[in-house]
Amino acid sequence: MALASILPETGLGAADPNVFVRASGEDLQLDLLVQGARCAGCLSKIEKGVGELSGVRYARMNLTTGKLVVRWRPGMLKPRQIVETLERLGYPAAPFDPAEAKAQEDVEGRRLAMALGVAGFGVGNAMMFSVPVWAGLFHQEMGEGVRTLFYWLTAIVAAPCALYAGMTFFKSAWASLRKGKANMDVPISIGVLLALTVSIYETAIHGRHAYFDAAVSLLFLLLIGRYLDHKLRASARSAARDLLALQAATATRIDAGGASESVALRDIVVGDRLVVLPGDRIPVDATVEEGATDLDVSLLTGETAPTRAAPGSAIQAGAINLTGRLVIQAAARSEDSAVAAIARLMEAGAQSKSRYVRLADRAAALYVPTVHSVAALAFLGWLIAGLAFPDALMRAAAVLIITCPCALGLAVPAVQIVASGRLFKRNVLVKSGAALERLAEVDCVVFDKTGVLTHGRPRLIDPDRSLVDLAAPLARASRHPLAKALAAEAGPGPVAAQAREVAGMGVEGMIDGRPARLGRATFVGAVDPHDSETVLWFAVDGEAPRRLCFTDELRADAAATVKALLARGLAVEVLSGDTTLAVRRACEGAGIDRFRAGMSPVEKAQAIDALITAGRKPLMVGDGLNDAAALAKAHASMAPGAAADASQTAADLVFQGQELGVVVEAIDVARAARRRALENFAFAALYNLIAAPAAVFGLVTPLIAALAMSGSSLVVTLNALRLNWVGRRG
Amino acid sequence: MTALIYLIPISMAMALIGLVAFVWTFRSGQYDDPKGDAERILFDHLEDGPPVDR
Repeated sequence: MALASILPETGLGAADPNVFVRASGEDLQLDLLVQGARCAGCLSKIEKGVGELSGVRYARMNLTTGKLVVRWRPGMLKPRQIVETLERLGYPAAPFDPAEAKAQEDVEGRRLAMALGVAGFGVGNAMMFSVPVWAGLFHQEMGEGVRTLFYWLTAIVAAPCALYAGMTFFKSAWASLRKGKANMDVPISIGVLLALTVSIYETAIHGRHAYFDAAVSLLFLLLIGRYLDHKLRASARSAARDLLALQAATATRIDAGGASESVALRDIVVGDRLVVLPGDRIPVDATVEEGATDLDVSLLTGETAPTRAAPGSAIQAGAINLTGRLVIQAAARSEDSAVAAIARLMEAGAQSKSRYVRLADRAAALYVPTVHSVAALAFLGWLIAGLAFPDALMRAAAVLIITCPCALGLAVPAVQIVASGRLFKRNVLVKSGAALERLAEVDCVVFDKTGVLTHGRPRLIDPDRSLVDLAAPLARASRHPLAKALAAEAGPGPVAAQAREVAGMGVEGMIDGRPARLGRATFVGAVDPHDSETVLWFAVDGEAPRRLCFTDELRADAAATVKALLARGLAVEVLSGDTTLAVRRACEGAGIDRFRAGMSPVEKAQAIDALITAGRKPLMVGDGLNDAAALAKAHASMAPGAAADASQTAADLVFQGQELGVVVEAIDVARAARRRALENFAFAALYNLIAAPAAVFGLVTPLIAALAMSGSSLVVTLNALRLNWVGRRG
Repeated sequence: MTALIYLIPISMAMALIGLVAFVWTFRSGQYDDPKGDAERILFDHLEDGPPVDR
């Protein structure tokens, strides 16, 4: 997937590439995640640009994963130059942790693809011998000897293929049996192995009931389902891992001699002195030694207004330094920092989620004992009825083969791959099939305010054009969110001369040769009884100060989204870390009457827990680090693409763009997917109701077995494709 | 009917070649970057292209 598009703006380029260089033979190698490369032009520009750097021996851009691998001769190039070259070409890039790159190699996917290839070969060749048998040619032109020869030849091709391709199922079945349970792979494995054994026996006695083709085509169809399921999970997993790999950022440490050096986050120890420049993230929990600044803690607490930090203040990892250079002393290691604590809460949440039983497994729990009892009864019944032992066993085997859950194995993956493909086109990334199933079950929706209901960025109210243009040069010199909003309103232009930022107060500089100030009322010299965090004052020397008001705007479709959710019978609630006033205003605008403000991350997670304990199934939509634990705990969760890395990792679905309405669409598609899956199960049940008795009474010939199994798989796949039309009618 | 004696081995051998070819393309990483490879064939000057282990 276009991973680069879900990378947050901050964090990119923060890491020093030196730390991530590894040796590759005689050369050095660096893996980079490149943003914005999409076409052949980008590809050649990047590879040529980097390839022309002195000492570079190899540069290859992978357009599918967005990763660039560069190898060069040691000593001829600084890794920083590569990043700079890419930046100059217009592609921001971030180094990638080599340990993560290795972990991402998709071993399981490769094995499945290989098994699929082998099964495909087996099916094709088994059919070559089976078709003449089915066509009944043996009564006309060929004798029993040729048929037996054909069966032996099929056995030579199909048996090894089936054993190789079926390994995934056999292993999983064995693992499940050892735990004293029976998953769907148990009947599959028994069916396939029994089909092979019985067929070899039949062939040996020159019989007619050989099912080699059925066994291998069954595996082929099931492997398609498995592969689709794996692809879906793998794409989401690699996106999550990419985020983790990028979090392996670096910090700048000042050593005893006063020189600064780059260190990986994990190497920071308590007591280290670190430099944090404006725009950088605070790497670990620390206390400020020198400097004063404003910190953007919105990702940690959900509060929109920046907080001030001065020497002696304790600050938390994850906050973004906005205005001044800081020297801080590490108070905790990276693993022990506040962010890591949230990560542990997330893990706990993810574990409780993994106990969720998927639809297919619930079906298997019903299906496996039923089918096996029918087969056992058929065997015993026929023995009592006087059939010979091998014949009775044949009937029982036929039951297991024909009821082998081919349609069941495809029913859910096919539906989920179509559903997630459909959502992907609307810029919603679905992380797993289980996530879709859980999303279909939600009965209440919990929103975070900042960044979810609202854009998470302040905007100027009633802009006075002349004032905006006048103040803009000062605003451009500041990183404060209000100043940035003002600069965005004004558009590009000059920066004020001699601009100087005073942390916690504002910015001053020269405009048209006259000193001017922009910032808090006291800083500018205004008297404001209601000095609030959403107001800026501006004054040019000698003139009366003027006021600029800001608000964090609701997303354009927030109210419509809430209405649509309520119309679907879902309860809507807001949990926010922001002030009661700000939350109330946003909720009134969006039409939500239930909200709680001033909540800490732990309280949010507890609120979700309370909902779950009360028997509700909440969908959490949040973006901040403070939401991450709640996201992980909730029955299902969504995060916008601009969310904190940890939140994107914790969420089941990640959506891009400005529209909140995709939340409604995701729920609709998930519910439709659930209906399709249940329909598929119903169909599979109906099929078995007809097929199993037929097998019990010995009516199933190899041709009927093959037709029935491929036919049922085709039906469930076509039914899954109907999902593409959900909601298009209106 | 005697044609079967050599037709069967021939067809099996052909299918096996297909399987071996698939395994080879797979092992040599030809499915690693389908998007990139689709664009690469459009390059006019492959000799000016990416420096590959020179």
